[in-house]
Amino acid sequence: MKRLKEYSPWFAIVIAFLLILLLPVSEHKIHLATRILIFGLYAVAFNILFGMTGLLSLGSALFYGFGAYVTGMMTKSLGGDHFVYLLLFGALCSFVIAMPLGLLCLRLTDVYFTMLTFAFGQLAWGVCIKLYNFTGGDDGIQGIPRMALLESTKSYYVFVFLVVFLSLIILWKISKSPFGLVLNGIRQNRSRITFLGLNVYKHQLFAFLISSFFTGLSGGLYSGLDGSIHPNMFFWTQSGSIILMVILGGINNFFGPLIGTIIFILLEDYIGKTTEYWPFFLGTIMLIMVILFPKGILGTISTFIKGFSSKREIGNGCHS
Amino acid sequence: MDISFLLSQLIGGLSTAMLLFLVSSGLSLIFGVGKVFNFAHGSFYLLGSYLAYQFINMFTNFWVGVVCATIGAGIFGMVMEFLFLRRIYGRQDEGGFQILLTYSFILIIDDMVKFIWGSEYKTIEKPEILIDQVQIGSIFIPKYSLFILIVGLLIAISFWFILNKTETGKIVKATAIDRDMLGLLGINVPLVMTTVFGVATAMGGLSGALAAPLRTVTPGAGIEVIIDSLIVIVLGGLGNFWGALLGSIIIGEVLAFGILWVPQWASLLNFLVMVLVLIFKPEGLFPQKKGGRV
Repeated sequence: MKRLKEYSPWFAIVIAFLLILLLPVSEHKIHLATRILIFGLYAVAFNILFGMTGLLSLGSALFYGFGAYVTGMMTKSLGGDHFVYLLLFGALCSFVIAMPLGLLCLRLTDVYFTMLTFAFGQLAWGVCIKLYNFTGGDDGIQGIPRMALLESTKSYYVFVFLVVFLSLIILWKISKSPFGLVLNGIRQNRSRITFLGLNVYKHQLFAFLISSFFTGLSGGLYSGLDGSIHPNMFFWTQSGSIILMVILGGINNFFGPLIGTIIFILLEDYIGKTTEYWPFFLGTIMLIMVILFPKGILGTISTFIKGFSSKREIGNGCHS
Repeated sequence: MDISFLLSQLIGGLSTAMLLFLVSSGLSLIFGVGKVFNFAHGSFYLLGSYLAYQFINMFTNFWVGVVCATIGAGIFGMVMEFLFLRRIYGRQDEGGFQILLTYSFILIIDDMVKFIWGSEYKTIEKPEILIDQVQIGSIFIPKYSLFILIVGLLIAISFWFILNKTETGKIVKATAIDRDMLGLLGINVPLVMTTVFGVATAMGGLSGALAAPLRTVTPGAGIEVIIDSLIVIVLGGLGNFWGALLGSIIIGEVLAFGILWVPQWASLLNFLVMVLVLIFKPEGLFPQKKGGRV
């Protein structure tokens, strides 16, 4: 029974995927579902750093944009048939660039770490805009081809699902491994981890690298979705939206960011259509979440259920 | 390139530095006293610019407009601290939540500004007596740059005086060291925090108001300023008053001379300076004896 409960989120993901695939939904809805999957992976990868290790990065968009630009630009010049392994190459490039940045940023702690990642993210955005001849500057790059097999929206959706699902399983395994437990320990009490003879810096760096790899992967997937990439993928609001998705869902649960992503993307689709002041709503939602529900939706629900059931147990105990 | 040109560039850089100092010292003050990182500090600069635009048009007087904008930004900051930030003090993982809360303020303030004043460029005229230039030897210096320089220095000196030589300053410094003990001594600590927040955000607003005639006023200005002040603070060390001054001067001059050297990439030179400092002196140029660093 315990095992079934443990695996139920995975069943829910597969069932939701099949429902969208098999039911006659519009092209727009499938596009939306694909975006949810891509940002879901981004959010879960981000949470490895934030929720588990306790490192708040405001520069995750750097790795997302980097993955997207490497995959997108190379696919455009080499042709759509190479998309699949260029996707992996983009993620690898994010991984490689995360090495020096991680070494540098992790020398600082807390707020300083956050601010340094933020500054690097903005630097990447600035470089991307200034290199007009190479990256297309403000205009971005359009018309990135896709493999003939993945031409339709539906087939791309299936492809994205497979990649994201596989990545989520890997991330899940990592989070449950001894390595993942050490990361949790670093968040809770970093000096104890040092007393245990473990190198905090090294573990943080690995977490940073893993997170960057999957963030880059999600960027690559996004470059194939619309066939277009733009410098705003590097912009700090991109990193900010991901933080909000993670906070919305709940940072202490592996699947929390996924729930947050679903709510965020649906809200964005709905509110973004009706008003141009979407950031204002974003800010207001974030304000309410931070002040009133810091545990996120999943965290709040689970404490509520726990509180309810424990109250009942106490009640039963008194009567018997 | 003759020497007088370089000198006038130097003074231009110093006036940029003073504007930056007004913002970053406020940021530093809030962090030093309240251990709050106000990520939305650039938005108060932005608010200052737009309030100045509004009040100058309303009163048709530059000076009244600037003073009103400064006070307005300060009041807004106090309201923000009183209504929201106060609720998360002492919470577990406070640092992260502070950043998120102030981040949501950036989104709200920036959009509010767009909503009220529109997203097109706004310009403010310099006051009449400060339009022309002063000639010293063969160097021409815009009066307005000189004015900013003097205001910045005056504020730096008066701040140093208040913090180090008065009773109020002692209370503020004590808040940074031990809040509980200060509370036991009968000082209203929450009031001190709110006041410090108000003063710091008012300085951000003043900087925005003074910068408005030099730069065009756009809704994106807040973010540019917060990035520059972050770099300043990384250079000088967070919570360090003199570090903020030195950091501002370095960044101001790097900007002023970078434009001559590599016009297109000048704004990225700041990052280069910061990365170099981080590699060789990760604790900043003026490390604090006690702080949040490794």
